[in-house]
Amino acid sequence: METLLAITIGCLVAAAVYLMLARDMLRFLFGLTLISNAVNLAIFASGRITVGGVPPLVPDGEKYPVGDVANALPQALILTAIVIGFGLFAFSLVLAMRAYSALGTLDTDAMRLSEADDEKGDAA
Amino acid sequence: MSWYLTLPLMTPFVVSVLAFLARRNGAGRWIAVAGSLVGVALSLLLMAQILRDGVVVGQMADWPAPYGITLAADLLSGIMVLLTAIAGLAVTLYATAEIDAELEGLGFFAVLQLLLGGVTGAFLTGDLFNLYVWFEVLLISSFGLLVMGGTREQIDGAVKYVTLNLVSTIVFLCGLGLLYGATGTLNMADLRGAVDASDQQGLITVLAMFFLLAFGMKAAMFPLFFWLPASYHTPTSTVSAIFAGLLSKVGVYSLLRAFTLIFDNDVGYTHTLLLWIAALTMIAGILGALAQTDMRRVLSYQIISSIGFLLMGLALFTPLAIAGAVFYLVHNIIVKVNLFLVAGVAERLTGSSQMARMGGLYKSAPLFGVLFLVPAFALAGFPPLPGFWAKVLLVSAALEVEAWLLVAIALAVSLLTIWSLMIVWIRVFWTPHPDGIEPKLSDLGEDRLPLLLPIAGLGILAIGIGLFPQGLVLLSQGVADQLLNPQAYVDAVLGTNQ
Repeated sequence: METLLAITIGCLVAAAVYLMLARDMLRFLFGLTLISNAVNLAIFASGRITVGGVPPLVPDGEKYPVGDVANALPQALILTAIVIGFGLFAFSLVLAMRAYSALGTLDTDAMRLSEADDEKGDAA
Repeated sequence: MSWYLTLPLMTPFVVSVLAFLARRNGAGRWIAVAGSLVGVALSLLLMAQILRDGVVVGQMADWPAPYGITLAADLLSGIMVLLTAIAGLAVTLYATAEIDAELEGLGFFAVLQLLLGGVTGAFLTGDLFNLYVWFEVLLISSFGLLVMGGTREQIDGAVKYVTLNLVSTIVFLCGLGLLYGATGTLNMADLRGAVDASDQQGLITVLAMFFLLAFGMKAAMFPLFFWLPASYHTPTSTVSAIFAGLLSKVGVYSLLRAFTLIFDNDVGYTHTLLLWIAALTMIAGILGALAQTDMRRVLSYQIISSIGFLLMGLALFTPLAIAGAVFYLVHNIIVKVNLFLVAGVAERLTGSSQMARMGGLYKSAPLFGVLFLVPAFALAGFPPLPGFWAKVLLVSAALEVEAWLLVAIALAVSLLTIWSLMIVWIRVFWTPHPDGIEPKLSDLGEDRLPLLLPIAGLGILAIGIGLFPQGLVLLSQGVADQLLNPQAYVDAVLGTNQ
């Protein structure tokens, strides 16, 4: 199971890095979501995979869960990370849209407005 | 009194909601000012408690560490929370004059308070995952502040700021997950023992590099600083000032915390690397500053060289060096906020932030010249201003360990800092304005008080620290002692002594 996850994570990271090296901002953002999903899987794997375990519920009359139970903490971490990542991705998509309408391009090489080095005064 | 820790943390969020509800009728800004005053008072009380009782710890809902959510404040956290509150008050007051009703209607003051809340949370948390969450809180608020106004320059700067900061949070998250896999805990105090006990020290060092990369990107260290000068000069001066004062310092704080409390097992590798990074950060920052033609971009690059000085203190890893870094941190937050506020007023008076389009300020507003010279001299390190004492501590720490090259670099960079500030002084204050206008402070009208009061206040604070450095030196030494001997912190958080 770990091997399978490791290969999946590797593929995701490879695809993500390929996309993030592109000059197009939209491609970069898609790469970013891919790599954040790869990281989520990595957290999941590093919390140890329980095969044949049960949810960490406390049975009636017991004080602790019995038997092999799944580790719930990495899942909670990932859930938080997914929510935050979703919010940030939504923001960056809107930003990309605004950038396209304001600057007329999504080519990051052409985005030099805030770093204009001439002395002609404010570029805006 | 552990519940007390939630007060300075929750206040900005409550104020934020109130300021948002009152954003349309012009009362929101004054709610924010009042809330910031309360924040300063609360953080002073917190500081007093830390000085009296040592490390203050709060376990949320009484779940014991390392299982619950831990808030912990040692001297370093206390100082940083206090500085956040002071910087927050200064920029909020300044913002009442700079921010128009339209931006306030968009919720400017509410988002500003959220940012302060996020920064305070990052300083108070005792758990690495919560640190990640607080990073996100301050990050999303900073995104909002950065694009508010929506000029083309702002959008362009925001693209770089947002994308590179997102990359750094992903690196942080990945390091976090793998560290959990290697040690089984994310509570910082608990991690100290767990990392020491780990039989995979090589893996721990690799994980330390993840955190160095993530925090270093936030702190704008070499070679990961390019987002900073691309974005910090684009938003309103208020936002520039608070970003310059606090955001990169959150990264430095996290580095200080992580590389004293958790990753101090392989100092020979991690801290030597930090030393090289520190030297290169100083040089790269100041050379960048010398090449700029925009006043706020000069100041932005100077932030980077200051980060180099801070990293140098951490990298030398002696009590004197850490004390120097803490002193420098305090001085730099005050001075940098001050300089960016001065730049904002200068821009308003002369109509541009391009130095070629500025000038004549000394002739027509000599008092304003003094207000610039105080933080400028403080940053450059003229006695008796605080920058001098900070550099004395750092350089003598470097001399103690016979790091001659580092001393030479630090002193050369200080000299170049003076040069870059002289360029600003000559072009903005001495040369006549290209259009022949004579900008007077009275042109500011009734905005004069809210604009100049924070600048003067921070200037007086800097002079005060410079004239009576003894208290802060002792405090910094206390911080260094706590950071290098974190057993008290660990015991306080884990409750092992009770």
